[in-house]
Formats: sequence, structure tokens, C-alpha cells
Amino acid sequence: MSSVETAIEIRPFHVDVPDEALEDLRRRIAATNWPEKETVADQSQGVPLAVIQKLARYWMTDYDWRTCQATLNAFPQFVTEIDGLDVHFLHVRSQHEDALPLIVNHGWPGSIIEQLKIVNRLTDPAAHGGDAADAFHVVIPSMPGYGFSGKPTSTGWGPERMGRAWAELMQRLGYSRYVAQGGDWGAFVVDQMGLQAPAGLLAIHTNMPATVPADVDKASLAGEPPPAGLSTEEQRAYEQLIRTYGQVEYARMMAARPQTLYGIADSPVGLAAWLLDHNDADGQPAAAVVAALDRPSSDTGELTRDEVLDNITLYWLTNTGVSASRLYWEYKGGFFNAKGVSIPVAVTVFPAEQYQAPRTWAEQAYPNLIYFNDVDRGGHFAAWEQPELFSAELRAAFRSLRTNGGSS
Amino acid sequence: MSSTVGTAPEIKPFHVEIPEEQIDDLRRRIGTMRWPTKELVDDRSQGVQLATIQELARYWANDYDFARIEARLNALPQFITEIDGLDIHFIHVRSKHEDALPLIMTHGWPGSVMELLETVGPLTDPTAHGGDAEDAFDLVLPSLPGYGFSAEPTEVGWDFGHMARAWAELMNRLGYTRYVAQGGDLGAIVSDVMGRQAPEGLLGIHMNLLVTTLGAPVPPPGDTEEERAALDAIATFTTSGFGYFLEQSTRPQTIGYALLDSPVALAAWLLDHDTDSYYKISSAFVDGKPSGNLTRDNILDNITLYWLTGTGASAARPYWELGRAQALAAGQAPPEVSLPVGFTTFPGEIFQAPRSWVEQSYPNLTYYNKGDKGGHFAAWEEPELFSDEVRAAFRSLR
Repeated sequence: MSSVETAIEIRPFHVDVPDEALEDLRRRIAATNWPEKETVADQSQGVPLAVIQKLARYWMTDYDWRTCQATLNAFPQFVTEIDGLDVHFLHVRSQHEDALPLIVNHGWPGSIIEQLKIVNRLTDPAAHGGDAADAFHVVIPSMPGYGFSGKPTSTGWGPERMGRAWAELMQRLGYSRYVAQGGDWGAFVVDQMGLQAPAGLLAIHTNMPATVPADVDKASLAGEPPPAGLSTEEQRAYEQLIRTYGQVEYARMMAARPQTLYGIADSPVGLAAWLLDHNDADGQPAAAVVAALDRPSSDTGELTRDEVLDNITLYWLTNTGVSASRLYWEYKGGFFNAKGVSIPVAVTVFPAEQYQAPRTWAEQAYPNLIYFNDVDRGGHFAAWEQPELFSAELRAAFRSLRTNGGSS
Repeated sequence: MSSTVGTAPEIKPFHVEIPEEQIDDLRRRIGTMRWPTKELVDDRSQGVQLATIQELARYWANDYDFARIEARLNALPQFITEIDGLDIHFIHVRSKHEDALPLIMTHGWPGSVMELLETVGPLTDPTAHGGDAEDAFDLVLPSLPGYGFSAEPTEVGWDFGHMARAWAELMNRLGYTRYVAQGGDLGAIVSDVMGRQAPEGLLGIHMNLLVTTLGAPVPPPGDTEEERAALDAIATFTTSGFGYFLEQSTRPQTIGYALLDSPVALAAWLLDHDTDSYYKISSAFVDGKPSGNLTRDNILDNITLYWLTGTGASAARPYWELGRAQALAAGQAPPEVSLPVGFTTFPGEIFQAPRSWVEQSYPNLTYYNKGDKGGHFAAWEEPELFSDEVRAAFRSLR
């Protein structure tokens, strides 16, 4: 591994954004030059002007980054150089020494902000209605080009390389037996980790499973009729894939021309609109995120307006709009097609995800399927939208690895 | 046109006046540009290169003469007239030659009337530009709805069919009973649709982009080497150079926020069209070597016009309208073009349209030629050569 002969130092990290950066952000939002209103009454031309203007007003006047910064700094954070790049990560050890080490991967347009609400639920389950026996030591890295990780200066940092880097990170932290979890790009990374099967990786859990059989994958990508003989659930999944592929031009744009998006480096509102325009099963922009924009707070951990802005503000302050987009350019592989992962895999299907993976497909795609569950709420940003349920899923998903002599 | 009944077909003279504050604000925004890190590759495969756009921004803020747009446009007779509820801006230059042929010429994206200005002299006054008096045109250069000084539509429906009908109304309103139409890029779509609508008075059309093959449900044949080369070029464009098209045809409002708020973002977006024009423009800025008339100042005239008129989002919407119009057509083939058609393919264009393909699309092809120089922005890059083509294409219709 390339870490040989490189410094394997692990440095503590604290977020400390200068006041001037926040003042500059507010100044830029206030000085936004707006386009005219869209010519439709729905979201079919993109993020509606009224939605983004309302958000911008709140962002400029009442939103407080310092609260988010304090939340981040309440977690132990570190930076370590892997494969020539500084990798930022949260590392929260459970008070239970025999907890199962877990590395959780965020996606786009997300960041570690998506996972903050699951940290304590996973490290200290007893305090959150769970069982101490289900505790995890939690590692949450920022992907290269995202958040406080370094920005790659040469090509090659796709999901495969990240998978190898995460294995190195877990090894460096002294974890010889661990599990990995991911959704969105994080799901691509854990699938790659599953394929690489590094020593110590016991299993993966994915909330955006890649299960689509080759013939269905081909038909759905080409917009052709599905193969004959699909079950009702499979037919539904096929139709959801067709819908999804009609809502991913943002991904195709970033896959083709990430550098041309200079506006998401220069314009906070341009960045916010770009990050908001990711779809879920209920809309583009994602219905769960749009709903959060009208939710000032939540006692049950549901996504709030401040959390949406925490994520957008993190992108802004780290100037990672373009560097994060490059991941799409790096990746030339398939999307939801079965990748051939043979290590143990756990799957949770959230109803508002891009498609609801049928158990039949999951069993074919992941022959060593140790856990499969359909839940009744949550979507593409499952950890962010439903942290309680998401955490319960991870506990259940990996429980068998412990009782079968998993971690000790 | 029925919808104009009851509206005043008044034609009002128009002059460009740009407030100094707008220029100051633009300069200030360029000066506070926050840059991303450099692309990870040595070519344009990730988009507009940082060195190119930084040099453009430097020249724009420091050396570019912001009075150019006013001076260049106000040197020509400009007008506004309301068509179908929308103010349409156009340049109208009558030739001094009595029997000149009226020509309505339409720009495209990421262009504007600025790309066509250097053709005004050769087309309206050919004798001063090495041509013959009998090749003179009376020239009408409209700004597409949502572009330049034309108004922005506030509701859906200004698709290319609508624009084509509006241009026929405009020519009618100007008193032209016999005229021809020309266009490249989106202007080629408008001209093609005008050919299909065949309004009374339209004698023929000339285009310099074969729009019938881009995105055609059935790809054109690849039987000859020339055809295969063209298919390869289309495949390259639609797999790597197509980001702007995908975004504008689906989410024009989303990208619009960045384009309206960041002048450098707008400039990069407008530079990221086809490979040939990108490298030519990049060379003008980075190496100081423009190709033909694609000079730094001319490029910035166009970008500055988009900025000052705030049309980054509205100019993207016709791509969205294209999808809506196709959905409404529900697979019904449009009528054939039976009018005479002229076509010129320029060597740097996205693909070299073989004569066989052009004939297949336009059975009444009366003129076909391959230009020696120039690319996607042929009128802009090589205005004299382009004007020769327009003259030759329409000579048989006089």
C-alpha cells in the first residue's frame, strides 16, 4: 500500500472558520443577482425561484454556522494523509470496548453532515432505546474533494481508490475486524470495498444497493421495455429506474463538464440551487429536502432547514462544489447494476430511494445476503432523514456478525 | 397571424444604453471571483480550463472596452416590436440596392446578434466587400425571445415553432412579401421550422448546421467514409460535449442561478460549446492567437451582452421548450420542407454534414457547399466567407 514510507500521522482537527469567510458569504448572498421566475408552476425547470429566495433570506439573516461548527467540534475529528491526500474524518469510539468498528460513507450532494445524528445512536445505543451489545465505534470520513478532506490534484480518486483508502484508514486506526456502510456515492464505495474484500472487512451495509440484473439494467438505461417475467415488485423497480434516469442530468453534467461549473464556486445561491436539485422518489428537488426547508426543528431527528444549510454552507466554506463534482467524472462504471460482491452484505430498502430493490434481485446480486429489510419511511438521505430508524437498521443488519463471533 | 389582432404592430426605434453602475457592478463581481481548483487534466475534457477562464476574466476586467456593445449596436438601425405579447428586438439594415433580397438571419446559443454583426456590411453592401450589387440583401437580425434585448417569455410555449411564426409575422410587418431565411445552431432550427411552415412569401432557407440529424430518432446512414466520420463526430459531441444541452433541456432554472449571479460562471458556460470553437476561443485568450474574427473583444461582446441583459437562464429555456414541443408532437413527423434549401458545411462544425444526409432531409436541395474555413460560429469567425455562401445559396432564387 502506498502508505508505506508516507507519514501515517493522525492529527487532531478542529473546524474554525474565520469571521471574514462568514461575512463574505452573507455579503454574497445579499448581492445575489437573480434570474426571472421560471416559466412553469412546478419544479420541472429546476429549483423554483420562490424556494431558493426564501432559503437565501434565512441563510443570510438567521442561519448560524457557528452552531454547526460547535456540533462538529464536539466530535473527535482527525486528518491523516492516505495515498498522498489529507483525509478528514470523525472518529467516535464507543464506551463499550467490544463495540463493532464501522466506517460510514456519505454521498453527493452530502457530506459528513448527513451522518451527525447517527453517531451517538450508534456509539451509545443504550441511551437511545437500543442495546449496549449493538454498539459501534464509528468512523466517518470526508470523501476526497469533499468537506475538510484534501482536493485531489490529479485524476484517479474514484470509488475504487476510496475503498482502498478506507481499508487503510481502518487499519491505521487499529481496527482489524470492521464493517462498512454507505448510501449514494458511499454505496458505490462500499460495493468496491466488498469487491476488494480487504483483510478485516466483515460485511457491508448499503441503503442504495446495486442489485439490478444485467438484462433489466440494459433495458432501463436504454429506456426500452423490461424483459418478460418480472414480478410485481421487480416491475415497480424497473419503472422507478426509468423515472430516476430521467432525473439525473445533473449527474451527467458533472460526469462530462465538472470544471465548467465555476458558478458553484463563486455564487452561494448558485451552489445552493445546484445542491438542492438532487432527486428522490418523490421529486426533484428531493421532496424530503424541500419539506425540510419548512421544518425549523424536529424532536424526532427529522431533517431540518438548518441541517440542509449546514451541508450547503460546508460546501461553500470549503469551496468544494467543483472538486466534489469531479467524482462523477472519475467514475465510468455502472450505476445500479449488480457488481459481483461476494462478502456478507446487508441491505435496507427505504421507500423514497431511487428504486426499491426487490429481495429477489438483492439475493442474486449479493449471494451472501445476511440481512434484508424493507422499511416504511425514509428516502435517499436515509441517515439524515430518519436517523433513529437508520441506526436501528444498522444494529439489526450487523447483529449476526457479533453473535457469530464477530467482534470480541 | 391571428394573435396579433388587437395589438399594436408598432415598430419602435431602439438604442442600447447601459448604465455605468451596471458596468461597475460587473467589474466588481469579476474582481471578487472565487475560483475552484484547477482541473485535473491537460485538455478540455473536464470543462473550461482554469487558465483560459482566468485569462478571460483578467482581460474582461482590465482591458475590455465596455463601450463596445453600445457603439457596435447603436451604429445599426435597431427596433423593438411586440409580437404575440413579447417585445422582439431586431436589427434592420436596408441595402442601398433597390432590388435587394430580404433576409432574416437567426443567431443561436451561446450566441446573439453580436455573432452576426460583421456580416451586415458584406450582405447589405456587397459592392464594398468584393461582391456584386445583384447579391445584395435587406437584412433583418432578430434577437431570439429570452436573448439579448428581446423580452423574456414569462410562460411556456415559446418553442421553435412559435419563434418561426413570429419571424414570418416580423417580415410581414416590415412589408417584405418575398424573403429568405438563414441560420446556424438554434437559428438553423428556426429556419428549418420556417421551411416546414412555409409561410407566404418565404422563398427558401439556408442553414449551416444540419439540425435534422442531431438527436434524430433514427440515426442517418453510415455507408460511406464521409458518413461514418460524421457519425463519429456526432457521437463524440453527444457523449462528451453535451453537458450544456442536458442541463439546459432539463433544469434551466437551476443552472440559471449561477449564470445570473457570477459573470465568470456565465462566461465559462458560454465558452463550453463544441471542441473546435472552444480551442479557438481559448487560443485567442491564452496565446493571443484568434481564429478569424473570434477575437477576445468579439467574444466578450457576446458574453457581456448576456450578462447585462441577465439572460443566462432565459436563453437556456428554449432547450427545455424543445423537449416539451417534442412531447406534444408525440412522435408525429413534422411536415417536409418542399421549399428550396441551401446548405453549407464548415470544416470546424460539430460534424461535417455529407451531401447525402442533407439531401435526405431536404429533397429540394438547391445549393450545397463545403466552406474552406470556419466552424460552428461561421458567421462570427469568417464573416466574408460566410457571406459568400449566403449569396451563392440564394442566387438562384432572385
